[in-house]
Amino acid sequence: MTKFKPLLIALVLVLSLSVALVGCSSNTAQPTPAPAANSLTGSATAVGSSALQPLAEKAAEMFMAKNKDARVQVQGGGSGTGLTQVAQGGCDIGNSDVFAAEKLPADQAGTLVDHKVCVVGFATVVNPEVKVDNLTGQQLIDIFTGKIKNWKEVGGQDLSIVILNRPASSGTRATFKKYALNGAEEAAGQALTEESSGAIKKALTDTKGSISYLALSYVDSAVKTLKYDGVEPTVANITSGKYPIWSYEHMYTKGEAKGVAKAFIEYMMSSDFTSTITQMGYIPNSDMKVSRDK
Amino acid sequence: MKNNTKKIDKYYALKHEYSGRTVVTIFGIMLILITLTMVFFLISKGSATFFQNHISLKEFLFSTEWMPGKDEAQGGPAVGALIFIIGSILISGFALLISTPFSVALAIFMTQISPAFGKKLLQPVIEIFVGIPSVVYGWIGLSVLVPFVRHQFGGLGFSLLAGSLVLSVMIFPTITSVAADALSIIPNDYKEASYALGATRWHTIRRIIFPTALPGILTGVVLGLARAFGEALAVQMVIGNTIRIPGTILDSTVNLTSIITMDMGNTAMGTTWNNALWSMALLLLIISFIFIFIIHRIGRKGSASS
Amino acid sequence: MRINPKTADKVTTVLFYLVAAGFIILLVFFVGYILYEGRVRLNLHFITSSPVFMQAGGGIAPQLFNSVYLVFLSILITVPIGLSAGIYLAEYATQNRITKAIRFCIEALASLPSIVIGLFGLLVFVSMTGWGYTLMSGALAVSILNLPVITRISEDSLRGVPKSYKEASLALGATHWQTITKVLVPVALPGLITGIVMTAGRAFGEAAALLYTAGMSSPKLDFTNWNPFSFTSPLNPFRPAETLAVYIWKVNSEGLIPDARQVADGSAAILIISVFLFNIGSRFIGRVLSSRFSGKSK
Repeated sequence: MTKFKPLLIALVLVLSLSVALVGCSSNTAQPTPAPAANSLTGSATAVGSSALQPLAEKAAEMFMAKNKDARVQVQGGGSGTGLTQVAQGGCDIGNSDVFAAEKLPADQAGTLVDHKVCVVGFATVVNPEVKVDNLTGQQLIDIFTGKIKNWKEVGGQDLSIVILNRPASSGTRATFKKYALNGAEEAAGQALTEESSGAIKKALTDTKGSISYLALSYVDSAVKTLKYDGVEPTVANITSGKYPIWSYEHMYTKGEAKGVAKAFIEYMMSSDFTSTITQMGYIPNSDMKVSRDK
Repeated sequence: MKNNTKKIDKYYALKHEYSGRTVVTIFGIMLILITLTMVFFLISKGSATFFQNHISLKEFLFSTEWMPGKDEAQGGPAVGALIFIIGSILISGFALLISTPFSVALAIFMTQISPAFGKKLLQPVIEIFVGIPSVVYGWIGLSVLVPFVRHQFGGLGFSLLAGSLVLSVMIFPTITSVAADALSIIPNDYKEASYALGATRWHTIRRIIFPTALPGILTGVVLGLARAFGEALAVQMVIGNTIRIPGTILDSTVNLTSIITMDMGNTAMGTTWNNALWSMALLLLIISFIFIFIIHRIGRKGSASS
Repeated sequence: MRINPKTADKVTTVLFYLVAAGFIILLVFFVGYILYEGRVRLNLHFITSSPVFMQAGGGIAPQLFNSVYLVFLSILITVPIGLSAGIYLAEYATQNRITKAIRFCIEALASLPSIVIGLFGLLVFVSMTGWGYTLMSGALAVSILNLPVITRISEDSLRGVPKSYKEASLALGATHWQTITKVLVPVALPGLITGIVMTAGRAFGEAAALLYTAGMSSPKLDFTNWNPFSFTSPLNPFRPAETLAVYIWKVNSEGLIPDARQVADGSAAILIISVFLFNIGSRFIGRVLSSRFSGKSK
């Protein structure tokens, strides 16, 4: 019988146990903000909307390059998660695609302060083979409620229409339903549903006769955008108020924003960051000539 | 080595026997605690739909109306989960139908026809199939299978069929391994007796080996079904997620795991909508307990009859 | 008409061979397809560089690191618990209610859908602890997933040790516990390690349990900073950590980089190669250990 093997095992066991325990106990070692005289120190966590996540991550990166002692952590998880967490105090900033009142019970939504950090536009998109360039609001409603089932009914070729939807809980779908479909309830059990914008784009390019909607940041040459009531979904048309399908991206804080969270939100809305917002396909608030309250 | 003539006093026994024994016993009991904690949390979250939002169990289980975003003024949120339950049953049921014959045949091949070949080549093959991550299965399904179904069978490609095919590949290792275990423990006497009576190999497999190993094979099938029921990402990528009961196997459909992954992050905790998703997670937990119960019944019957 | 039993036997034998061959062809197709599609990205640059923000040409280094680190942590948590529980079941458990309950719980945990475990993780390791989406939350969720497997492997490999070894040790006056730690576990070690490495391989590709626990974002990592308490350190387990499998899911769904398809293909290829490495690695280690052991015990 060799002597060192049991020893080795014991060692491995002890080592792994102790590391596991250290791992478990170090959870309390959250970075605590230390008060400093001049520079901004401390940390903030932003959780929520996956649509806002790339922009927020970029902003955090640039923000931390400027403020070396401040930490901003950006996490996804969806608008609902972000709003829940911020309302319960689980994070400092809750990112959301929609107004908090649309997701949370009124008593919880009331405790949150809204910061509209930018605007995002949405386009009606179709498979490139569809020979239609424009849809009126009513035609769009009829398509999504299942009254119009073939492209020839709206001036296209003889091809049946395939609707691709986002999940009912998605902020993109809520916005599209509210501003493009005028709140009309989609016909149940007809549309394919894809979990995310990327999956929509892939399915759209693969499926003949398909129609869906995407944030402008996702639109590229692989899909064809349609005019809405004759208006092109361009940034200029959105800022001037001619094109109605757009929404705010929100950052909610519980009560007024404080410390790093406040500085971070201010940075995102500052003129230093507008060029990045535009570059990523979002629209800065400062460009908007129209506004909304709910 | 310890001096074995040494007197084993109380301290020695405590140090070299009872301390270790206590530690491993505690860790064993920890498994129970982990399971209980999980059950407890899922029940407390999953039952909120019924106790806080006052949705009746009957409505949740047997209504096809899924309108969780509807205003209370218009009749309140409706969270009937029947469509998702049926979707899960259909997808995993078809997957089982496709997978079982091939999986069991492979298990028979590995144990009865060519054990050498089975051990050297097929065992590693199965292990690699197990190791392939489910997102990769989904990714291949989306890139290869969905277009294939669309071109060969028509429809949109996103379909019950595509989901079942992806799942059938994912669950075959489970069925084959468990069935192979059951087949390999059949005593050689059985076979030899059959051969001595002049039976061919196929006849022996069909009349002697297969029936003897049946409880084990069924266990494998049920475990495969359990795996199919709970698989989330791969299925969601290929079934199209249309909230309806499919009319044909080429129709798109939806299941429990898909609706959970799609809506969980986008809904706020505490809302009826979110609670309904937790109830579905609880339902998945209960279903997997039922599967284990079935396996135990099969096991008991198997040992009683032999 | 009755088919000649000899003919039936031959026909079915051929059929069985066809089924077996079919599975092998399927695997070759799978692996071949993934490697072929991902071939462009199978280079050192891809696995050693970070994703570039909204631009093509990024790599997967942080994701790959997160996967390895997460699996490592989860194994550190699982092995002590699983091995102990396995020892208890193989050596100390008597036929009583507790043993029965433990066995039932192992089965229950093993058959739980990973998404349910992920949701439990969201509730307990993410929300209740207040950690948020962290690598540690993910590692704990994966540990629950692995625990029944490791326990079963431990019990099986301990039971596989010949009775004579145990009897010899007990006859020499060793206590039961001493026999376990000094005889049974060392003898069972090759099987144990093979099983553990294989389990690690499976955890490597897990995604559903991690979506809600380890999160879908990967903050910038500074690979020169190895202080586990520092925020940018790769070793800090309390940061969001997207793993490779989750990254495939995310690139496919929220892909804002222009080469999303290629990155997903490349990541899938890397995952498949990792699966092979884990598989071959576990066999190799098992073989080396068992040959060393049998060589020395003579």
